[in-house]
Amino acid sequence: MDISSINPILLLASLIVAATPLLLAAIGELVVEKAGVLNLGVEGMMITGAICGFAIAVNTGSPVLGLAAAAVGGAVLSLLFALLTQYALANQVASGLALTLFGLGLSALLGQGYQGVKPPAFPQVDIPLLADIPVLGPILFTQDPVVYLAFAMTAATWAVLKYTRAGLILRAVGENHDAAHALGYKVVRIRVLAILFGGACAGLGGAYISLIRVPQWTEGMTAGIGWIALALVVFASWKPWRVLLGACLFGGVNVLQLNLQAAGVAIPVEYLAMSPYLITILVLVIMSADRSSAPAALGRSFHASQ
Amino acid sequence: MKLTKLLTTAAIALGLATGAMAESHGGKTKVGFVFVGPVGDGGWTYEHNKGRLAVEAEFGDKVETVFVENVPEGPDAERVMTQMALDGAKLIFTTSFGYMDPTLNVAKKFPKVKFEHATGYKRDTNVSTYSARFYEGRAVQGTIAGHLTKSNIVGYIGSYPIPEVIRGINSAYIHAKKVNPDVQFKIVWAYTWFDPAKEADAAKVLIEQGADVILQHTDSTAPQAAAQAAGNVYTFGQASDMAEYGPMPRVSSIIDNWAPYYIARTKAVMDGTWESVDTWDGIGKGMVGIGEISSAVPADVKAEALALKDAIASGAYAPFTGPLKKQDGSDWLADGETADDGTLAGMNFYVEGIEGTIPN
Amino acid sequence: MLRLEKRPQPSQLWTYLTPLVAVIATMIAGGALFAFLGEDPLVAIRTIFWDPLFSEFAFYYRPQLLVKGAPLVLIAIGLSLGFRAGIWNIGAEGQYIVGALCGAGVGLAFYPIEGWYIFPLMVLAGAVGGMVWAMIPAVLKVRFGTNEILVSLMLVYVAEQLLASMSLGLLKNPQGFGFPGSRNLQQYASAHNAELIAGTGMHWGVVAAFIAVIFSYILLNRHMLGFHIRLTGQAPRAARFAGVVPARLILICLGASGALAGLAGLFEVAGPSGQVSINFNTGYGFTAIIVAFLGRLHPVGILLAGGLMALTYIGGEIAQSNLGLPSAAIQLFQGMLLFFLLAVDVLTNYRIRLKQREVA
Repeated sequence: MDISSINPILLLASLIVAATPLLLAAIGELVVEKAGVLNLGVEGMMITGAICGFAIAVNTGSPVLGLAAAAVGGAVLSLLFALLTQYALANQVASGLALTLFGLGLSALLGQGYQGVKPPAFPQVDIPLLADIPVLGPILFTQDPVVYLAFAMTAATWAVLKYTRAGLILRAVGENHDAAHALGYKVVRIRVLAILFGGACAGLGGAYISLIRVPQWTEGMTAGIGWIALALVVFASWKPWRVLLGACLFGGVNVLQLNLQAAGVAIPVEYLAMSPYLITILVLVIMSADRSSAPAALGRSFHASQ
Repeated sequence: MKLTKLLTTAAIALGLATGAMAESHGGKTKVGFVFVGPVGDGGWTYEHNKGRLAVEAEFGDKVETVFVENVPEGPDAERVMTQMALDGAKLIFTTSFGYMDPTLNVAKKFPKVKFEHATGYKRDTNVSTYSARFYEGRAVQGTIAGHLTKSNIVGYIGSYPIPEVIRGINSAYIHAKKVNPDVQFKIVWAYTWFDPAKEADAAKVLIEQGADVILQHTDSTAPQAAAQAAGNVYTFGQASDMAEYGPMPRVSSIIDNWAPYYIARTKAVMDGTWESVDTWDGIGKGMVGIGEISSAVPADVKAEALALKDAIASGAYAPFTGPLKKQDGSDWLADGETADDGTLAGMNFYVEGIEGTIPN
Repeated sequence: MLRLEKRPQPSQLWTYLTPLVAVIATMIAGGALFAFLGEDPLVAIRTIFWDPLFSEFAFYYRPQLLVKGAPLVLIAIGLSLGFRAGIWNIGAEGQYIVGALCGAGVGLAFYPIEGWYIFPLMVLAGAVGGMVWAMIPAVLKVRFGTNEILVSLMLVYVAEQLLASMSLGLLKNPQGFGFPGSRNLQQYASAHNAELIAGTGMHWGVVAAFIAVIFSYILLNRHMLGFHIRLTGQAPRAARFAGVVPARLILICLGASGALAGLAGLFEVAGPSGQVSINFNTGYGFTAIIVAFLGRLHPVGILLAGGLMALTYIGGEIAQSNLGLPSAAIQLFQGMLLFFLLAVDVLTNYRIRLKQREVA
């Protein structure tokens, strides 16, 4: 056993890489849920984004175009969910599950012929000056641009939800759609936009895995990360900064356990892998004293005649 | 229910279902393949599917192959096998350990159909088992790894702590140690056969902790990509050649080559000479291939590795040859003694020198 | 402009018509998909929907429909009770796993003693295991007001890790050469959930599914509790006045759905699957949620929906094997079917009206 072989700076830096896809997908889902919609199809949208981004990046040679395509791909898939739940008033839980099934099938079909292909590399960007800060510099400021994008989006989501009129309307729709409707807001339109945003974010998160973190395409490669993103939103009690914290925790548990294993520490891997979920449940219980955090209209359909 | 249907139902129950089976079309021999993953996984299933395609290429119009991918282990596998047998398949390859009991169940119902189960240990008159001595390839890898490492730390990504994987670790370690007494193995269990993101994380962790050679017993190319990003790290392809990552970081590979076996067994069914056997072939019979050793490996190391490969292939050398001790210091093999297949099949201990314990 | 207008009462006609519309729409869209993949769409559709029921080998596939459909129906019936009352258990997959672990654990604890009492004890353990797992979100909801959707979902992941740990540790077959997975309960007569009549697919799980359908039908239509469940879902405030205690209803609904999911897991592990292994769960718990909604939360509807789902699974496998369609295409096709079925339901409760654009 030799814990000293773990370099904490490298550990934290790779923890952030593991956290980024979770963060992207969870921020998107957070906005969706704030609008009162529960979309369980994150996994399906992520994997669709992963292949769309990969295919476009390989064909155009541009990882940036790939990322854009991933966002579009995720959003287009989420549009199906929006049509089902917002216009056809289908149950959100069932529609989300169906979306995941559909997305997994679609991505596998689209991805035929992309196995074993190497995508164009994404440059690592060291932010000048900041990267030279001891300890924090190598952890935070020598990452790829998408990490910075994910941080920026977290901040932006927080600011928009908290300080802008648009954020207020979104929250109003999620809290009480009838009241929002009575005030003259287009509940369905706002929710559709939120769903599209969620789809685009999930798509980006998926492409981060296929273009940067792994980087390669294989069927089913998101391997459950979308589901963890769902857990994360709840863990964070619908607060963007806590999503960031949670992403580091959820992503970090895996990196940490691998580190401990490599250092020769005998750990019960399964029980460690359970811990984030148990912690989430604990957080839910503690949080339930504060009833205000969960959007009140979460998961309920809205129709103007009701 | 009509009487005829009732009778047919009764017939299958009595194990007489072969009478109801479809005759093969136009004299073609139908061969079925049941795959646990997608054929596009780039690893395990991909190589089995290559074996299937080789059967088609070899026999052309005389065979028809069918396959179903992503079949969960358990009742679904049983149904897929039954369906193939009913549809007239004469030979069915079931390519995952978890298909063991389903294969035997179906084989009982179809005594005239031949079954081939990969990596299992239960046989029947119409069920053979086959597996590859991947640990022979690990010996070659270990030799190269022992020479290449400068940090003297070799990282090893294991899937599950099962005999197959433990054998590979021991074999690689013994031969790395032989050429580099200071070598140390860092072993990480991923608890998955295939999860690119997790495998990438595992590889990065090992690299961060000083490993400059990574061996993997999981099937995706994610560790190769992680090593490439890190720079001066060597890797080996697993299951597939993974040549797209050569000459660096991938310096060689263990290739599952099922084609010769699949062709031979299909031919045996066609000729009527098929018998239930337990096949455990290695480099010698070509079931385990050693991928091209790349230019990143010094010529003398390459020559040494190839000599070892030839010695194993000819049977002159066995990778587990004494004197060897177990991790706890107890004697395992005396000088010159080689391990018997029974011990190898159920191997659940590390050899002396490996640090850490096998999780349980 | 098209507008939805709420019907004063759900349309009886459309309740029966919508599934048909959806299936036809899926056939058209799916046919286009298969044509795009270079298959004859008519043949592909026939293979998926017709062959399992009426082809030459239907005598085998029809019983398989029961084997595949039973767990879905059993779980979905339990879920539908809660769903009707607005109580969302989406963690049936976890309850299914824990039921199987508890049931199999009890059975394996008795090994190798034979006795008539073993299987009933396993059934009991399976039901209790699933129920206890479901009681966690129930009690947390009642006591702290925690969201049951999320807690039950989290517990699925916990259960999966537990399953991995058990397959590699406590329940591992001591005679399995170190491979993960328990003893096969099919080879342990007292614990085996065998077919009641050979060749029919009828095992205790299928019987339980049918009983659950009948029981739930009676409960919902003839019993006060059923009335309370429906009332709570439709008008929670009115329910309060009618004397419904929400906490009690939550405990009953979640407990019942957990017990049924646990039973489904036990019957599966003791019967068709036979052993506890890392990949034991294949998503029945999640698919059952879809089945519950496809069946419009009505017991008979769920029975039909479970049958339809099972049909697409089995037909999909035949299409893969016979036509060489990739499993991804089948998955996509199932996704389409679900989308259409979910989308057309709107016609039951709403009618589509052409309306002039209102002057703002």
